[in-house]
Amino acid sequence: MKHLLSTADLDVADAVRILDTAGSMAATQAREIKKLPTLRGRTVVNLFFEDSTRTRISFETAAKRLSADVINFSAKGSSVSKGESLKDTALTLQAMGADAVVIRHHASGAPHTLATSGWTHGAVINAGDGMHQHPTQALLDAYTLRRHLAGPGDVTGRDLTGLRIAIVGDVLHSRVARSNVHLLHTLGAEVVLVAPPTLLPVGVGAWPARVSYHLDEVLADEKPDAIMMLRVQRERMSSAGGGFFPSPLEYTRRYGLDARRLALLPEHAIVLHPGPMNRGLEISADAADSTRAVIVEQVANGVAVRMAVLYLLLAGGDAPARAAAPTDDMKVDA
Amino acid sequence: MTRNYLLRDVSPLGEGTTDVLLADGIIAAIGAGAEAQAQDPVIINGSGLVLLPGLVDLHTHLREPGREDAETVRSGTRAAAMGGFTAVHAMANTTPTQDTAGVVEQVWRLGRDAGWVDVRPIGAVTVGLEGERLAELGAMAESAAQVRVFSDDGKCVHDPVVMRRALEYVKAFDGVIAQHAQEPRLTEGAQMHEGVVSAELGLAGWPAVAEEAIIARDVLLAEHVGSRLHVCHLSTAGSVEIIRWAKSRGIDVTAEVTPHHLILTDELARGYDPVFKVNPPLRTQRDVEAVREGLADGTIDIVATDHAPHTREDKDCEWGAAAFGMTGLETALSVVQETMVDTGRMTWADVARVLSTTPARIGRVTDHGRPIAVGEPANLTLVDPGIRRVVVPEEQATHSVNSPFRGRELAGCVIATWLRGRATVMDGSACDESVVVSS
Repeated sequence: MKHLLSTADLDVADAVRILDTAGSMAATQAREIKKLPTLRGRTVVNLFFEDSTRTRISFETAAKRLSADVINFSAKGSSVSKGESLKDTALTLQAMGADAVVIRHHASGAPHTLATSGWTHGAVINAGDGMHQHPTQALLDAYTLRRHLAGPGDVTGRDLTGLRIAIVGDVLHSRVARSNVHLLHTLGAEVVLVAPPTLLPVGVGAWPARVSYHLDEVLADEKPDAIMMLRVQRERMSSAGGGFFPSPLEYTRRYGLDARRLALLPEHAIVLHPGPMNRGLEISADAADSTRAVIVEQVANGVAVRMAVLYLLLAGGDAPARAAAPTDDMKVDA
Repeated sequence: MTRNYLLRDVSPLGEGTTDVLLADGIIAAIGAGAEAQAQDPVIINGSGLVLLPGLVDLHTHLREPGREDAETVRSGTRAAAMGGFTAVHAMANTTPTQDTAGVVEQVWRLGRDAGWVDVRPIGAVTVGLEGERLAELGAMAESAAQVRVFSDDGKCVHDPVVMRRALEYVKAFDGVIAQHAQEPRLTEGAQMHEGVVSAELGLAGWPAVAEEAIIARDVLLAEHVGSRLHVCHLSTAGSVEIIRWAKSRGIDVTAEVTPHHLILTDELARGYDPVFKVNPPLRTQRDVEAVREGLADGTIDIVATDHAPHTREDKDCEWGAAAFGMTGLETALSVVQETMVDTGRMTWADVARVLSTTPARIGRVTDHGRPIAVGEPANLTLVDPGIRRVVVPEEQATHSVNSPFRGRELAGCVIATWLRGRATVMDGSACDESVVVSS
């Protein structure tokens, strides 16, 4: 694995290895001194063409915990907003010696272009591209799901076989949904997508997931082990925004997760949301703040998963046999 | 004074072999007696070669005036000659737009001065391609450029009233509206064909219905007002069905398909290489099959290149930021040979029909697309179907390198092209420019 561009590129062994490594990383984060020397002297560039404070901070924290030097490059207020191309930006970063480029871009495929163009020789990590992919989000979701649902006992080495996951909301515009559908399928979970027909892409039938238009039916019939609520942008209802649904109220009535629907979930089921939440639209405060919600934990797990990805890409964890290596190294180092 | 050319043992339209003598700008003699009439001719061994009427492209973007960094009339028409063309229709979306008599005459003169092919400018339907107010179509028709084809290509004449008026108005001078069929609201932000691949790649979809809905509307409008309609770059199976239906009703509609829609599919978008970004987008294998069938059975009348050169910077970027379009003049004939002739679906006579005779008729270009017969103007191209060549965009005559066929081996090669008896291409190479222009 040279880059992390899409969860579709990961086989089950890759995915489990990343989750296991993330588990090792998380274990180190419980210590008083969280910093590991693993990537000392390496440079990680956060190249963000789209605002995302949360994802950027998560990657920045992950890189710093591994002792990498971190450069944050935000398109706002930089030469990019004056018309500098992706190519020139990438060449500049290459000249400065980036070992890894974490890229967030509004254009689907931009990380793929960066990785295959020869503009940079470093590892490219997709931190969200357009409506395409956000692989580390899906990995942290899988990590969270595994931690809660793949037990009992130590979950290391396990996949998500047999789990039923409902992903609810704006699938059409969601890179989180696309990343999760591939990854959860690879890990053996069954995915059902729940959305109004307008917010499902033409061609969704080819995805390894089932589709439903009715949240209540899915909750009653499928008894999902986890429900993942996607962010819905209010602007999407207006004519200029595409007119995807009649009103926020109607959306909430049909697809929002509220206390009533929360009560329909099985006892053990958990609630995920990639954030930032629209409280009162796709998720009510009751649901967001309930003990079922693992939304804050997802954020913490995000750091561990991103540490794992940076470690595996930069510290040459290419052979599966080396997956266990960080734990030992780190014990010594820490 | 042009030279005389004696083509020995060539195969006109791929049927039989004979000798053909070109002299004084016309086909002077055909058959065994041709050699006797020749006066100091250049002798070409035409054994195994197919002689076609010079190709006529109804859809070329020459980019001049305005985007001379991508193509000029000179470079684009040289590429056309290399591809076997003797006439091209220059699309109207230049800067300034070809929406006045002045601009179309400028393009026409640039073509005449370059001398590689006859350039027939296409006039914009509406001022500035804005889709609101008819451009001065009559003035362009009566200009030295004698415009007969009008198109807002790149944009759709989406307002049904404007389209109706345009269809009616051009009847006065035997014009035709060539429609870029794209319902704008259904394609806002569209990046590629809407389907399985776009769903996975997260690229905004360009649905087939956005093309088909406009074509359906336009054939009904053309029927209602009794006008002539031409459909540009038809790309979907549904569009083929609509045209088939319209023709069965006797509606005066013609349709074109591009070479790339005959051979490439949306699967190519998976690598996010913008060289495959084009409008209308590459469709599915099912659509490719349908347009091949439509071309073979005559539902689709012609092949037109939609040659769309772009600078490197407009393609050397992420998919979303890249320009739509691909070059095609120098690969069109090869693609048609490979997809239609070598598969047994069409004869070389059919190729002459779809790449020369019919486009000339639609564009009202009287001295091109003529039969290969004594006394006809010597607008001809000589093809070697037996050669296979690897496409190297940097070696092409077009100024731009955005060919989707880079590195791909294609069948056939243009050996020679004559414009009114004067060689523009000989031995597979463009003739010296000074010779072309002065002679």
